[in-house]
Amino acid sequence: MVEWVRVRADMPPGHVRTPVYLRGKTGWVERHLGPFPNPEALAYGHDGTPTPLMRIRFTMSEIWGTDTAHPDDTVDAEIYAHWLENIEQPHAP
Amino acid sequence: MGGSLAGPIPTDQHDFALWEKRVDALMVICSGKGHFTVDGLRRVLEDMGPEAFETMSYYERWVASINQNLIEAGVYSTAELAARMSEVAARGATYGDAADG
Repeated sequence: MVEWVRVRADMPPGHVRTPVYLRGKTGWVERHLGPFPNPEALAYGHDGTPTPLMRIRFTMSEIWGTDTAHPDDTVDAEIYAHWLENIEQPHAP
Repeated sequence: MGGSLAGPIPTDQHDFALWEKRVDALMVICSGKGHFTVDGLRRVLEDMGPEAFETMSYYERWVASINQNLIEAGVYSTAELAARMSEVAARGATYGDAADG
């Protein structure tokens, strides 16, 4: 069963490892990677309590629009769980 | 970079100056000793803003970030750094040159 997720579209100031070009985009969980120290806390000298990290796969058409050269190609990004929202199914293209 | 056009990427290899190698080594030592992590390095680099990326070299940005992280971690104070910088400057501009080339 495919786990669909949407990356939060938040734009906070400060150190964030979630790429801006993926915020608000929908993808699916390629794999769960387990807990990793949270870089958003480590960056400020805090302990970086381990938090779940997931590899998310996106289609090029989702990121760049259907006019992109290779719309069915995919890109993987490793994103922390607190940046992801579970969704029932992807939105209509 | 950062979504802006940056022109062609120079792909030729280049040598690093001794001070640049020392800055790199300093980062390894700082994280090894637990003063701060690469995340802290990146955070300060990002906070420098785009102008720093146009006016400072790669390792100039690194040493500025390492310095800020070390002060935040309490390894030394700004006053101690100031005193030490004056002490080094007093050695004169040619202090670092090798005696026989």
